[in-house]
Amino acid sequence: MAVELDGITKRFPGVVANRDIHLHVRRGSVHAICGENGAGKSTLMKILYGMQRPDEGTIAVNGTKVSFGSPSDAIAVGIGMVHQHFMLADNLTVLENVVLGSEPRKGLSIDFAGARRKIKEISDAYGLGVDPDALIEDLGVGDRQRVEILKVLYRGARIIILDEPTAVLVPQEVDELFDNLRGLVREGLTVIFISHKLDEVLSVADEITVIRRGTTVQAGIDSKTVNARQLAELMVGSELPSPETRESTVTDQQALAVRDLTVRSSDGRPVVDNVSFTIHKGEVLGIAGVEGNGQAELVEAIMGMRPSTGTIALAGTDVTSLDTRRRREAGIGYVPEDRHRHGLLLEAPLWENRILGHQTRRPNSKGPWIDRAGARRDTERIVREYDVRTPGIDVAADALSGGNQQKLIVGREMSGEPVVLIASHPTRGVDVGAQAAIWDHLRAARAQGLAVLLISADLDELIGMSDTLKVILRGRLVADVDPATVTPESLGSAMTGAGEGA
Amino acid sequence: MSARLRSLLLTLAAPVLAVVFAAIITSIVLSVSGHGPIETLSLMVDYGFQPRTISLTINSATTYFFAALAVAVAFRMNLFNIGVDGQYRLAAMLAAAVGGAVALPGPLHVLLIVVVAMLVGAAWAAIAGILKATRGVSEVISTIMLNFIATGIVAYLLNTDRLAVQVAGSNNIGTKHIPESGHMPGLSLIPGSGTQQVFGFVIIAILAGIAFQVLLNRTRFGFDLRATGQSESAAIASGVNVKRMVVISMVISGAVAGLVGMPQLLGASYSYGLDFPTGLGFTGIAIALLGRNHPVGIAIGALLFGFLDNSSNILQINEIPNEIVVIMQGVIVLSVVVAYELVRRYKLVAEQRRVSRELSAGGTGGPAPEGAAA
Repeated sequence: MAVELDGITKRFPGVVANRDIHLHVRRGSVHAICGENGAGKSTLMKILYGMQRPDEGTIAVNGTKVSFGSPSDAIAVGIGMVHQHFMLADNLTVLENVVLGSEPRKGLSIDFAGARRKIKEISDAYGLGVDPDALIEDLGVGDRQRVEILKVLYRGARIIILDEPTAVLVPQEVDELFDNLRGLVREGLTVIFISHKLDEVLSVADEITVIRRGTTVQAGIDSKTVNARQLAELMVGSELPSPETRESTVTDQQALAVRDLTVRSSDGRPVVDNVSFTIHKGEVLGIAGVEGNGQAELVEAIMGMRPSTGTIALAGTDVTSLDTRRRREAGIGYVPEDRHRHGLLLEAPLWENRILGHQTRRPNSKGPWIDRAGARRDTERIVREYDVRTPGIDVAADALSGGNQQKLIVGREMSGEPVVLIASHPTRGVDVGAQAAIWDHLRAARAQGLAVLLISADLDELIGMSDTLKVILRGRLVADVDPATVTPESLGSAMTGAGEGA
Repeated sequence: MSARLRSLLLTLAAPVLAVVFAAIITSIVLSVSGHGPIETLSLMVDYGFQPRTISLTINSATTYFFAALAVAVAFRMNLFNIGVDGQYRLAAMLAAAVGGAVALPGPLHVLLIVVVAMLVGAAWAAIAGILKATRGVSEVISTIMLNFIATGIVAYLLNTDRLAVQVAGSNNIGTKHIPESGHMPGLSLIPGSGTQQVFGFVIIAILAGIAFQVLLNRTRFGFDLRATGQSESAAIASGVNVKRMVVISMVISGAVAGLVGMPQLLGASYSYGLDFPTGLGFTGIAIALLGRNHPVGIAIGALLFGFLDNSSNILQINEIPNEIVVIMQGVIVLSVVVAYELVRRYKLVAEQRRVSRELSAGGTGGPAPEGAAA
């Protein structure tokens, strides 16, 4: 066994990220760890790579018990990690990037010749085909990833962790990566592969461990004995609270009408391409799509945070020319995709976070003045009604768990009777209890006539919550799907453009 | 409540420790250079607490306070206004020139000079703000450059062919003497300080500190400013027009910077000459860091720096180099920055721990939602 993790438990304030996890990885195999977003995969890998210490449990590498204080301890026993986001200096060559931080010395100077030879050797041995003298900025994403792999190999790793390595790759590059991984394994290395994409997991992994809600559902499944459907069931679980809202509350009054919305990236390419849709009062419109197909840009354009062309009308009034604040005042609520970046002031107390995004409205302000008492009182209300678990409203937002932070945001955005709620991944990274609570609140508000634009990667959430479901692919709305009849599988294939002519 | 008290103590611990650490370093330097630390310190304390020195300390502190407040306004929004130095010098010179050129009844004359100074400071700082908002130029670079340009403009205008006149009986040149009606009367605040009065501007400084605190903590504008400083992306998502905020906060910072030269100009020198104090903007940065951009902290920091500056005058008479004070000030600022960061991280972790402890003890369903859901 290359790696044995037993009984790993890791608690964060208010949430247990990992609970009694068991993971056994055979030497010379590709072992996939799969689970939904927020299932605890990343925390587990950070523990294995020495970035987090487990509260309980043991780690053994090659049969020897170890305890890591930092990633350098993990590197010392031969564990390397390729992060999802590359950590390369663009203006340096492959050679310079690889030696960066562990420069081989020859007297006072760096032994570049020796390093170049070693890189060549490694590259040839594993068929990576990396040119040591190429500049990083000239390389494509697939090549950069190979440089990252080479970097860990250069530091002597025999066990390589890849965190969602295919998220940034196009299909051909994915195939190349998998060839590389098989090459590594043939040479006796061990690969731990983190993913939530089932087809990829099945095609490359020898064994699979499934994690759900922080704990192992099933460890060491032989990849030849399962199919994608069984894997999906293990990942999602059967007792998942149902997000269903079957009774229709859709009215014929338009709440949000978007026409011909186009957003261009800095190089002029349309990332949202001529998108039009209408959401009625009491309707939830779901947008399904593989991440990175323009969802984030669409939301930011509707919020007025990103320049766009086309028109946006809110309850019949054209808001196209209004800035973000005016649009919010006109009645758009916003649950952002990344709550830390866009939804909260992490070091500010909860009651100040209640004001954020609603600075100009009662009960938070009176004219140019902040109404402290009003904001505090209303924060107490949100904490009570949305079951935000906190000792008080004076603690910093940072001290709360993700689920409680999210409940606070949802509560805040639901205040002031919004016409439309833009909910981007509203239950991402929150525990199941908070998830069910957020769904309940959305359902209740919908029954009161709220229109919701729901963007999510969780297909069950999309299918269960939406009255209307559209599929976004490369910035365009390519298909309408009936949520009453669609299955996650058929929705998944629509999202990847299977069966679409273009 | 005890948690809040603990937090307050921790906040106070950082600067106190930094000052103690600085005293130790200074003592070592003094010992190495052959002077007794204790004797040196007692010399400074004895001299520093004489009524006349106290007056001088308050006067220095008044000037420093404005400089630090100007820096702090920008700091709260994550803008680094290094240009306070150029802003106040240009403002003081032009205001002095205007003040010397007109004759108005008392308070109006003073008011005119102050308003001119604030407008010039604001305009000079606005250049950096507009460059950042429209072209994305880092305010650090542009304000440094604007300092040089301000130096050039002041040197050009401060010439007997232009705005300056020869000061009677000396080599110095300066702007025309501001007539009596444009003087800010001093206050005999410290008993026994004789003719050494306290700048009347100390009252304006206190008012400015209160206004700063009210603006930041009680107004929507202040909330937007602080939100932008804490997280620009969250501020944008909340509807703050960050570009406009950049320009406005630079303008405010520059207007406050315009006040830096006023205590000296309207309370002592009544003319902008070659000997007008320079470099106050940089002292302001140090004091803003020391005071954590909070008016009370800044006031204490300004008094400390003023005390060190003025009490060190006694050292030279005793043949101890008074540069020792500069070393001490430098060490204080460096160690205080480190100490604040350590305390900030500690407090964050401590609060997270406290929250999870109180939640698990509170019986509000427990901290393990998994448990509840399973």
